[in-house]
Amino acid sequence: MSETKFLLARKKGMTQIFREDGSVIPVTVLEAGPCTVTGLRSDDQDGYQAVQVGFISAREKHVNKAQKVAAEKAGVKPFRVLKEFRTGVEAYEVGQELKADLFEIGDIVDVVGTSKGRGFAGTIKRHGFSRGSETHGCMNVRRPGAIGQCAYPGRVFKGTRMSGHYGAKQVTVKNSVIESVDSERGLVLVRGGVPGPPNGLVQIKTAKTGTK
Amino acid sequence: MDIIQEVEKQHMKEETPSFKVGDFVKVDYLIREGKDERVQPYIGQVIAFSGSGIRKTFTVRRIVQNQGVERTFPLHGPRIVNVTVQRGPNRKPRRSRLYFLRDCSGKSATL
Repeated sequence: MSETKFLLARKKGMTQIFREDGSVIPVTVLEAGPCTVTGLRSDDQDGYQAVQVGFISAREKHVNKAQKVAAEKAGVKPFRVLKEFRTGVEAYEVGQELKADLFEIGDIVDVVGTSKGRGFAGTIKRHGFSRGSETHGCMNVRRPGAIGQCAYPGRVFKGTRMSGHYGAKQVTVKNSVIESVDSERGLVLVRGGVPGPPNGLVQIKTAKTGTK
Repeated sequence: MDIIQEVEKQHMKEETPSFKVGDFVKVDYLIREGKDERVQPYIGQVIAFSGSGIRKTFTVRRIVQNQGVERTFPLHGPRIVNVTVQRGPNRKPRRSRLYFLRDCSGKSATL
């Protein structure tokens, strides 16, 4: 498998930075790592290769027994977040620490996060439907409108866009560019937006597709 | 301190030139002409500041050939070499943003 860099991070918020030529770059500040390698998955034992990393150390009482025993066996501290990344395991060993300086300026990454939950949302917010007029006697302001035809087909088609739960779903932003890395503070600045609320957990990993 | 503020501080100018709304200023702005870079001055009256932190900008208004022209500069932009105050306002501005100057002409347009 090709070399993949990955790290777990917390979204801190957005700001902007200046380039030398005066252009303004919108960036999202991510507090990336430090992550500890807590386990390796191998072809022989598990049928696939992956590296498991832990992020944000947890107090003992917040960890269930299975995780606690697994952490003890591996000789690492228990973590609040454990995540596996599919990649070659040769370069990794249990207990190794991964930090923000893994990434370099100009790296192209995919950022995976959980989008902000919007609860039960109407069709305008959820699917971008247009709105009816508020005046001129219009009774359809935020209603979805027609959802089907008449006796034929006599039913509503599957997949018809309606209101419902929106957000709080895994979202990947592909091919974001790393604009700056602050290894001292463990910060990674990614150009553009990142899904999720402030302090939300995100994964940063080398982009699957796309080259510069 | 908030992490965002720390990041912004790194990219902000440590010292910004001091000038106020109403001042007539000369903004030395670095422009690129082909391969060369040169400083182009832009002279006018500061009519507003807006934003805060690294996003703070100021708007400079001047009259060119009887046509009002406004340019907004990022205060912390690296292209801004210097801002010098040429003279203060004729009258003390009574508000923080002098947008009313847009509707004035002739003598009343010179605050």
